[in-house]
Amino acid sequence: MGKDMGRYIVKRVLIAAVTLLAITFLLFLLMDLLPGSPFNNEKLNEAQRALLEHKYGLDKPFFVRYWIYLNNLLHGNFGISYVIAVDQPVSGMMASRLPITIRMGVQAMLIGVVVGLIFGIIAALKKNTWIDTIATICSVIGFSVPAYVFALFLVFFAAFKMGWFPIRFAIDQPVFSSILPTLSLSAYIIATMARYARSEMIECLSSDYITLAKAKGISEQKVIIRHALRNTLVPIITVVSPLMIGLITGSVVVEQIFGVPGLGQMLLSGVQNNDYNVIMAVALVYSFLYIVIMLVVDVLYGFIDPRIRVSGGKA
Amino acid sequence: MQDMNLNIPDVPAEKLTLVHRDPSDFHEISEVYENTSYWKDAALKMLHNRGAMVGIFMIVGIILFAVFAPIASARTYDEVILEHNFLPPRIPVLENFGIFDGVRDGVDVYAQREIPENVYYYFGTDSLGRDLWTRLWNGTRLSLLIAVIAVVIDLVIGMSYGLVSGYFGKTVDFLMQRFVEVLNGIPQVVLVTLFALVLEPGISSIILALLVSGWIPMSRVARAQMLKQKGQEYVLASHTLGTNSRKTIFGEIVPNVLGQVVTMSMFSIPSAIFTESYLSYIGLGVRAPMASLGSLVSDGYSSFLSYPYLVIAPVTVLAILMISFNLFADGLRDAVDPTMKEM
Amino acid sequence: MERERVLSIRDLEISFDTVHGKAAAIRGMRFDLYRGETVAIVGESGSGKSVTMKAVMGIISNNQHIDHGSIRYSWWDEKGQKRTVDIAKMSERDVRSKICGRHISMVFQDSMTSLNPTVTIGNQIIEGMLEHYKLSREEAKGRAIKLLEDVGIKNPEKRFKQYPHQLSGGMCQRVGIAIALACDPDVLICDEPTTALDVTIQLKILNLIKKLQKEKQISVVYITHDLGVVAKVADYVCVMYAGRIIEKGSVEEIFYDPRHPYTWGLLSSMPDLTTDSPRLFAIPGEPVNLLHEIKGDAFAPRNPYALKIDFEQAPPMFHVGGKHRAASWLCHPNAEKVQMPESLRIKIDRMLKGVS
Repeated sequence: MGKDMGRYIVKRVLIAAVTLLAITFLLFLLMDLLPGSPFNNEKLNEAQRALLEHKYGLDKPFFVRYWIYLNNLLHGNFGISYVIAVDQPVSGMMASRLPITIRMGVQAMLIGVVVGLIFGIIAALKKNTWIDTIATICSVIGFSVPAYVFALFLVFFAAFKMGWFPIRFAIDQPVFSSILPTLSLSAYIIATMARYARSEMIECLSSDYITLAKAKGISEQKVIIRHALRNTLVPIITVVSPLMIGLITGSVVVEQIFGVPGLGQMLLSGVQNNDYNVIMAVALVYSFLYIVIMLVVDVLYGFIDPRIRVSGGKA
Repeated sequence: MQDMNLNIPDVPAEKLTLVHRDPSDFHEISEVYENTSYWKDAALKMLHNRGAMVGIFMIVGIILFAVFAPIASARTYDEVILEHNFLPPRIPVLENFGIFDGVRDGVDVYAQREIPENVYYYFGTDSLGRDLWTRLWNGTRLSLLIAVIAVVIDLVIGMSYGLVSGYFGKTVDFLMQRFVEVLNGIPQVVLVTLFALVLEPGISSIILALLVSGWIPMSRVARAQMLKQKGQEYVLASHTLGTNSRKTIFGEIVPNVLGQVVTMSMFSIPSAIFTESYLSYIGLGVRAPMASLGSLVSDGYSSFLSYPYLVIAPVTVLAILMISFNLFADGLRDAVDPTMKEM
Repeated sequence: MERERVLSIRDLEISFDTVHGKAAAIRGMRFDLYRGETVAIVGESGSGKSVTMKAVMGIISNNQHIDHGSIRYSWWDEKGQKRTVDIAKMSERDVRSKICGRHISMVFQDSMTSLNPTVTIGNQIIEGMLEHYKLSREEAKGRAIKLLEDVGIKNPEKRFKQYPHQLSGGMCQRVGIAIALACDPDVLICDEPTTALDVTIQLKILNLIKKLQKEKQISVVYITHDLGVVAKVADYVCVMYAGRIIEKGSVEEIFYDPRHPYTWGLLSSMPDLTTDSPRLFAIPGEPVNLLHEIKGDAFAPRNPYALKIDFEQAPPMFHVGGKHRAASWLCHPNAEKVQMPESLRIKIDRMLKGVS
């Protein structure tokens, strides 16, 4: 069992590593195709631009640049910023931003998962009652409406009209001023979680082993807690993937609206300024986070579900 | 229902005679089940699904507005009247009830600017005095266009990719799945942003962004369905009869996975509309004076706190549009295959 | 010895709400079960066999309603007093805590899916004991291992700790039986207990249930459409059609002297190795649509031997000798005389010869 599991993990890690490598190549290729250059400044003449491009090695052949970039990457070097903070290492810029984005994401995830699970499970248990209807309506809204719409709404009412919260994120008030952005981000997670939890739970409640548990004469609460809940929670781990996507997508715009100095904001300013290395670095970090979490989820799933655990992985 | 034959019912003898004179030659059955076909049954379930019906109703309403409002409007989406800038919404009839009456902060802006009584901007005007009502429904047209394109991309690329990958299996499947994994490893926002950057901003860049990754969820569903169908006997039969792969896929298998595939393509609509609005919002979508729901939100955002109506109108339509399509897709899934997972 | 009635169902009516309207699934059911006896309920899918027996266990889904009738269950309590309750009138919660598992329990069709995949075999067996008898875990484990031995599982200590997917189908079904017997019930309901199994294992499971039944003096209800199973295990047979019992009697009565045309059809469609006919007989048509109100006999449209009265008035239960009852107008003394199909006659004669 242990050996199979070990082999399974190694296999998954290898696939993830290859995927990441392919992603760096794809991103690098895309960056190369970008129109214009970071030195599009009209004050520069041809010769000056060529000089700059030579200085940063941009005139070398594609594969040479890619090789250099990969090499640097392995040493934690994401290159330097050309425009936003001239000649500053991108890794340094990210060092201060990454924790903010991650903290916000974790907060939103925690709130979203807990609240969403509760909503979904209650809706499933009260299926076809008004409670279920309301929960379903709320989750369709949360699932459909983009995070930035929630953000705008919260800014307008909770911050501007009511004045309960600051309109913008403040680094000296990291908890209080992060409440609104966190809520905007968690709406999608709550809704998605509730949808999944509800349908999983309903599926679970109609399964044969629940009927058997009832036939044994176990009380309703125990049937739910011992048999239904556990089997509902296991497949729900697979929702983490769409949730991560939602978080990353949301973070880009929500950070901009609340002025949160995080990765999403950095991506947008990189995009607006054609700052290659910045865009590249943020894209890579997002991809890395995403793939690592998927990997953890896969392995975790193997540990939790005894069917996969014993047979040594599904892949 | 008596156990004992104490009181055998008194029945006239002629009623106790056989209906069919020759029982060994009995074939016909007078009453059997009403034969409800798969699609008829699904349609019936849809009709009973309140959410789905609300969704359809709202989608039809929005389509009607998007088609007819810009035609009926006296103004065009790019008509600039600078002296009419930042007018609050004013709608006939409703203005008498204290809403949509052209008043901002207690001041009737229309009267203050000496705008004639018969001039109405239903949703107000933007910083250049363009009519938000016309721009909004023009933008909605774009979102609906994107919805159609998304479905086409889903069906053409996503479905084919998934079906082919699942059908051939082995090395083909392995390579195709690794490719999807790489594309999928880059969060969609990042990928879409990069692609929009590579191309000039505009509708074509949005479509290309959708082309890059919008079809992935559909290919997953199609592949899973294909793997399920492949094991069925009718596919084997078709193979044995020497039908070629293309005919087997499109002639035999597609009709059987159509329900799931159509449902899935409905789920891709809201995500496509979102992608467009996101790109336009961060300034990589359509360029002014063209309007889209996302670009309207983005334009209005700069003056959001002083003129919230500029954001509220497009955001509301966007939200209703997304909710309606999701409700519709949910209903379709419940009717076609309730066990289907959309992601 | 006086037969002691444990379960008696009277005039039971159960309906379902569907998208297409209200469906009457059980339409006036009458059923008795006596201590130590085995009754098989046969009928095609949708005839209401499972619905009735699940109602006995208080397992009723949200869209189901018991509209009418009673389900009386009698037992001797610890003080030696005879007690009777009407399960149809009890709340779901009460049935669950007082009846299910403890007095009446059930073996399901497919144990592969009816065992919880994430809970060990052992925990699934002792769960009921902990609930009903408040045993300690150690005591419960001891009993569970004894039970596993009883149902013929080797290496019970090891199996106790395993998960369902590590066991074969036949073994899962043995575990299903162990779970059902965990709390010494009086009544065991077996819902198609062998359909999911290989033929060789089927017989073993049936014999196991028979042996345990004798040891523990329990009453067994089989729900099945497999007449082969019925012939092997049952004392009495009830034939169900469209939510009603249309013929009942001892196994001999039903197999050798069937009276209802539907039972003729069922017996004719039973394959046997000695039949000369190359064709397999099937009852013509499909089951009735329970959404529509049924006038007269539900089987009449599919019945080659239908009488005119069948389309107008539902037949009562006619007494046809011994314990044999049939709800068919053909049993009316004044009815046109009809014989069972010739092929079935031959089949039965051959069976009788085989017996003697």
